[in-house]
Amino acid sequence: MSEFYNSMDHNSILPAMMLVLFGCAILLFDFWVFPDPRHRKYLLIFVVLGEIFTGYSLYQQSIQLQSGPLTGFHGAVTVDGSALFFNWIFVIAAMLVAIVSYKYLENAGEHHGEYYSLILFAQCGMYFLATGTDLVTLFIGLELMALCFYVMVGFLRSDKRSNEAAIKYLLLGAFSTGFLVYGFSILYGLADSTNLMSIVAAISAKPAWDPVVFLALATTAVGLLFKISAAPFHMWAPDAYEGAPTTVTAYLSVASKAASIAFLLRLFYGPLAPFASTRQVWEPLMSVIAVLTLTLGNLAAINQTNIKRLLAYSSISHAGYMLLGLIAGNDTGINGIMVYVMVYTFMNLGAFLVIVAMRRQGIIGEDLEDLSGLMRKSPGYAVLMLIFMLSLAGIPPTAGFLGKYYIFLALIQTHHYTLAVIATLYVAVAIYYYFKIVRTMFVGEVTEKAPLATSFGMRVALGVTGLMTLAIGIYPQPFLQLALPMVSR
Amino acid sequence: MDQHLLSIVLFTPLAGLAVLLFIPSGSKNLIRIWANLASLVGFLVSLPLASRFQTGLGFQFTERADWIPSLGAHYAIGIDGISLLLVMLTTLMGFIATLCSWSAIDDRVKEYYAMFLLLQTGMIGVFVSMDFFLFYIFWELVLVPMYFIIGIWGGPRKLYAAIKFFLYTLAGSVLMLLGILTLYFQHYNQFHFYTFEISELMKTSLPMGWQFGSQEWVFWLFFIGFAIKVPMFPFHTWLPDAHVEAPTAGSVILAAVLLKMGTYGFLRFSLPLLPQASADKTIVQILAVLSIIGIIYGALVSLMQADWKKLIAYSSVSHLGFCTLGIFALNPNGIAGSVIQQINHGISTGMLFMVIGVIYERRHTRLISEYGGLAHVMPKFAIIFAIAMLSSAGLPLLNGFVGEFTILQGAFEANRAWAAFAVSGVILGAAYLLWLYQRTMLGQVTNGKNLTLHDMSLREVVMFVPLIAWAIWIGVYPKPYFDILQKPVAQIVERVHPGYYAALPPALPTGERSSLGGGQ
Repeated sequence: MSEFYNSMDHNSILPAMMLVLFGCAILLFDFWVFPDPRHRKYLLIFVVLGEIFTGYSLYQQSIQLQSGPLTGFHGAVTVDGSALFFNWIFVIAAMLVAIVSYKYLENAGEHHGEYYSLILFAQCGMYFLATGTDLVTLFIGLELMALCFYVMVGFLRSDKRSNEAAIKYLLLGAFSTGFLVYGFSILYGLADSTNLMSIVAAISAKPAWDPVVFLALATTAVGLLFKISAAPFHMWAPDAYEGAPTTVTAYLSVASKAASIAFLLRLFYGPLAPFASTRQVWEPLMSVIAVLTLTLGNLAAINQTNIKRLLAYSSISHAGYMLLGLIAGNDTGINGIMVYVMVYTFMNLGAFLVIVAMRRQGIIGEDLEDLSGLMRKSPGYAVLMLIFMLSLAGIPPTAGFLGKYYIFLALIQTHHYTLAVIATLYVAVAIYYYFKIVRTMFVGEVTEKAPLATSFGMRVALGVTGLMTLAIGIYPQPFLQLALPMVSR
Repeated sequence: MDQHLLSIVLFTPLAGLAVLLFIPSGSKNLIRIWANLASLVGFLVSLPLASRFQTGLGFQFTERADWIPSLGAHYAIGIDGISLLLVMLTTLMGFIATLCSWSAIDDRVKEYYAMFLLLQTGMIGVFVSMDFFLFYIFWELVLVPMYFIIGIWGGPRKLYAAIKFFLYTLAGSVLMLLGILTLYFQHYNQFHFYTFEISELMKTSLPMGWQFGSQEWVFWLFFIGFAIKVPMFPFHTWLPDAHVEAPTAGSVILAAVLLKMGTYGFLRFSLPLLPQASADKTIVQILAVLSIIGIIYGALVSLMQADWKKLIAYSSVSHLGFCTLGIFALNPNGIAGSVIQQINHGISTGMLFMVIGVIYERRHTRLISEYGGLAHVMPKFAIIFAIAMLSSAGLPLLNGFVGEFTILQGAFEANRAWAAFAVSGVILGAAYLLWLYQRTMLGQVTNGKNLTLHDMSLREVVMFVPLIAWAIWIGVYPKPYFDILQKPVAQIVERVHPGYYAALPPALPTGERSSLGGGQ
């Protein structure tokens, strides 16, 4: 091993290497071994293997973490507790999305091998978003993730909506990345380095209200807020969520959002965050954005008749809650974001999985009306969906309550009482649209009799998400122990 | 066995639910039998609570285990006199409500009984929790089954009523959650460990004053949560909708038990945890005035109703006004009377809703004008309705009188004007109830459709018997109830008005006072 690549470097990117290797393997095998479309589902084995190896290397990293954070490539990559935590979320999300995808894509007539490698490549981008401590690493991670998603959102080539969604997402995404890069360039100009450590030193030497720092802050924040779909930079989300294949929507709404939150935290909270020292500048701005996000997400969701659009707006409002954790900014708030991301992964994935199962041969099944009478037809799915809706709304004893609990507590602790009242009242607004779905399922009459598209992978994925949504809600202690020490490390 | 008695009472309905899920939904009668059996067992296992309860001791049947140590949440349950009465009311009404659904519900039977059993555990949980986190979970758990009971098996505007009920109560309870968290965090600031246990939180001293984070702030947050549930004027608008649209058993449970969760919240949490705010002159004045408005407004609106069920629904607003007035009289008579009146309201309004259910199953209308002279056709029905109506109206020797009288006595001690206004509610109460009885039951049969109605069946009579017996027991010999309540009520009063008992003339010991108050 040379000076440019030592074992520390190696260990710090091992999971990403696994993801790339298996992603490439899928491409090759798809081309050489499985030319027959009916055999393509065997590619899933590679995804599962890839995730197992990734998980194992994450586990190895967590052991090495006990002697302090893992830094590689001269500070370009840092693996710490929260990075690991986010990566576990990505592993779970990617795995669950992959195992339900084949049935969906077969039904949609677009089952291609590269889909699976795109999932893994996107996850590799997320890895660097969570671990990057250098502007270049972070930017490459972001772009890798985003490019994969641009393709995946437009994966239903013959579907106009999918194409439209992809082009909208691409254009707006590129636009926002422009802002982000502009902000990065200013940061580089300030510090003469792309390393976050040097940037932190350069910024903390300046007064909090420095105009150049503010410009960097504002432009970077725009790019980040776009990614987590906070208002007023949310416009892409409903269209992209609606047009994308539902499995991709699930992945986008959970993993991409979690990665972007990790990115946001990296730049705004902690010892390596350039903007941590300018909190007094951005806190009021972020508060306005959080309230705007909550308001817009919740109010716009009320009138949606397409479930994916409805869940898109709901996920906008969840971004608002996560932002509130950052605004509170104490340990409870940041822990709260972690817990929120964890429960959000399970409940939101679960909700989208039910919609995935609604897509059958010749039936799109994305309208609210398509769920009508689900309780009579497939009670299992209806009850699971009820659990996910309750959890998304934050009703105990489901997991979603725990996420909101931490956010509210953090707001109280930091004396943000007005924000706390606004945030709690939107829980009552949210229940209205979540229960529009519940009402349709439980009270509506059965309109069409075709059974739901179920598969082994679907049953496993729904079982895991449903069980976790309930388990985290009823007995959260082990999950909190899992999540919180990682963060505080 | 004995040290887990309360847990058994709490989870028997849930165990019944677990078995119910395995009964195929086609075999409706089997489901009915099982659900009735489960709720009967739920009632029977709660009887030892009453027989082994020792008057004069504090919390009993307590159980405590760590649940979420990192949050300081415990599985802590226990009952004192107030909880005991409400738990007994819940288990009894749960059984009766299940029984009265036998023929009324024929669609989606399995889901219906599943919801009822879930609801039952939620309601008992609210009354036995000694940990705020646990309490909040049960408090919210109640909403979901009730939403479905109204939303699936309700009347024509069921969806509107169900979501209105849900939104209102949820908005209140999330604000209450903020209050809980404020208290929890202040406790941490003072004692440096996190806990949700009520007994620990009681030690917290919050700052006073009208600012964020003060006792008043927490009080108003709690107030919104509880007042919506009670419901107090002006938060009552969900109640008529929910009651009118809910199926009979849903209305019975809603009136008999769910509304008591709000008054129980005031007694168990607002008063002991926030004593200074609760005794604040302005706050007491506001709450008393809202209660009195509720009493009179509810009664006047009841007078004007053309719909039988809506009339009873508004009468609940009036009766619950008495309960909150008694609580905020902040003296032993007021509070003890309030608890008794909560039980009374559960019994008599529960009966009145069941009466409506009986007639609705036969005629499928609730318009008062459709009826008249039913006493000729259905004599048994007329007798039972008369007893229910008189117990609600507060006829001496029936339960309603004991509660209302004691509350008025407490209100009089606190402020004579309150008592003067509240008394008019008793008069109006008698007016709307007697007038209702006159229009529906007395005179000649005016509507030909009513001539062929058959009288109540054995099952229908049986479900009224325990309630009538209970009503008469409280009316004739209320002393055991006042004895049970004496200690917890004294604790609350002592907490809100430290030195209240020391300042009393020694000739009348407190136990005597309150039991005398009821016996007169």
